[in-house]
Amino acid sequence: MDVTSTDRPTPAQTRPGAAELPGTLRVGVSRSWLEIREFFREWETVLFTFAFPTLILLLFSAIFADMDQGPQIHMQATEFYLPGLIAMALMSVSFQTLGVGIATERDNGTLRRLRGTPMPPAAYFLGKTGMVLLLALGQLILLLGVARIGYGADLPVQLGDWLTITWVFVLGTVACSLLGIACSSLARSARGASVIVIVPFLVLQFFSGVFIPVQALPDWVVNVAAVFPLKWMAQGMRSAFYPESAAALEPSGAWDLHLVLAVLAVWCVVGVILCLLTFRWKTAKDG
Amino acid sequence: MTEHTPTAAPAVEVRGLHKRYGATAAVDGVDLDLARGEVLSLLGPNGAGKSTTLEIIAGFRSRDRGTVQVLGSDPKTAGRAWRARIGIVWQRAVEDSPLTVREVVRHFAGYYPDPRPTDEVLELVGLDRQARTRVRALSGGQRRRLDVALGIVGRPELLFLDEPTTGFDPQARHAFWELLRQLAADQTSILLTTHYLHEAEALADRVVVLADGRVVADGDPATLGGQVDARTVVSWYADGEDQQVRTDQPTQFLRQLLDTHPGEIPQLSVHRPTLEQTYLTLVGDAPPPTAAPGGDATSRQPTPAPPQEAEVWT
Repeated sequence: MDVTSTDRPTPAQTRPGAAELPGTLRVGVSRSWLEIREFFREWETVLFTFAFPTLILLLFSAIFADMDQGPQIHMQATEFYLPGLIAMALMSVSFQTLGVGIATERDNGTLRRLRGTPMPPAAYFLGKTGMVLLLALGQLILLLGVARIGYGADLPVQLGDWLTITWVFVLGTVACSLLGIACSSLARSARGASVIVIVPFLVLQFFSGVFIPVQALPDWVVNVAAVFPLKWMAQGMRSAFYPESAAALEPSGAWDLHLVLAVLAVWCVVGVILCLLTFRWKTAKDG
Repeated sequence: MTEHTPTAAPAVEVRGLHKRYGATAAVDGVDLDLARGEVLSLLGPNGAGKSTTLEIIAGFRSRDRGTVQVLGSDPKTAGRAWRARIGIVWQRAVEDSPLTVREVVRHFAGYYPDPRPTDEVLELVGLDRQARTRVRALSGGQRRRLDVALGIVGRPELLFLDEPTTGFDPQARHAFWELLRQLAADQTSILLTTHYLHEAEALADRVVVLADGRVVADGDPATLGGQVDARTVVSWYADGEDQQVRTDQPTQFLRQLLDTHPGEIPQLSVHRPTLEQTYLTLVGDAPPPTAAPGGDATSRQPTPAPPQEAEVWT
């Protein structure tokens, strides 16, 4: 009795040889590194992920080489499509990569295996975040590089524009990542996930002014798009890349950056709630 | 001065476990005990409730009723520290990956407070020569070894294996058994499911036979074998039909039979069921025990013969 009263062992001490569990951040970084290595070793995935937005930029630059946006605005096709395609590329590496990727990992047993280990659940999401941010940055640099080097496009020079690019980049990527994670739980299988993720994403690209300028779209289409982040990401990017006078082309005649900020921020919050409500480590049949 | 430490608790203690899937009772009142350092095999045919039981014990499936204590905690609510003390080898093999065996094992080691060194794990499971091989290039048996590597990298006190050798060729199976024996010698408590009787016999200190979600036998493999002797079948032909008697005292019964049948007895045979047949009897769709007359009076065996076998009593 004396021993236990004078000497109050912590739970860790009562177990011989017990060491500290590794911290969430450390495991999260380790997971990021694993995810990144895994991603870049599949050249098909790398090609599929990175090639698409750049390919469209090249195609549009060639097809619409003689495009004219009106008397007061002077932009070549590359400059005109660049912001929308950046927004689309960000959504592709976040929403599509995670929506399909996590559903696949749920289906093939990766999540189940992880759940059986002492890995902190938050580390899994930290790992995904690290990978997505790296891919998003890669997309941004690739598109800017192709536009600048390939077509001599004018890139923003003002600090304010780059600040806008930065927060639209971060908020948009986070919002789309969370949506992707939530969507992955809707699918019953990996195969189902590609339908649930890719079809709405494709529709949104057409509705959000990525391929077709918003001023050419019917009101109801723009209103539907306004519910989702992509339209606002594209708009925020346009505000940074287009000349100030191009604001006249927007449906409201202004960039409305406060709305961009508000909608993306709301999606981040809604996204977290959706993820918490829907995320599953197991498939439905695992009970 | 008996201080209660986590290590003092039994590895597994299950009481009155129930789990239904819709109208089917997958686990229907299972009690199970696994002492520290013991190797217990859950044996039974497909659909007997082995995997469901294992998954509930491993904290992976919810239960409808019953109490479960694993290493002193309820798996339903146990946290990371508890998971660090168990290892799980799932029924499904490790997923495809472009990463190498060493990369994957090293990464998983990072989840645990006191992992085994990666090279030691690879040597233990016999994958040291495949350390630089990509996971997707491994053969089926090698992949299963990787599963075990991931299950033991955290130095678990308790290891769960769900049908670990399904699809192995006999040579791979024996090598795998050797590995499990090494772990058991290292004081790892092991709970494995299998539908191979010989596997249970070769590995386990104790075998629990499940059928239709219930425990139908529980004992060491030798006892299970001993139950076989209780059911020797003596058959012959007399009075225009096949005669058959099940007895655990075949010699005494035969003496009587020879006394009452002078001369050659047509089609006389004394048949001792194999372990395999006993097992099939145990898990079979067996009718309720009959209060058997004559030579069978001494039988205490609660599970009678397979139904396809017509029993004619003398």
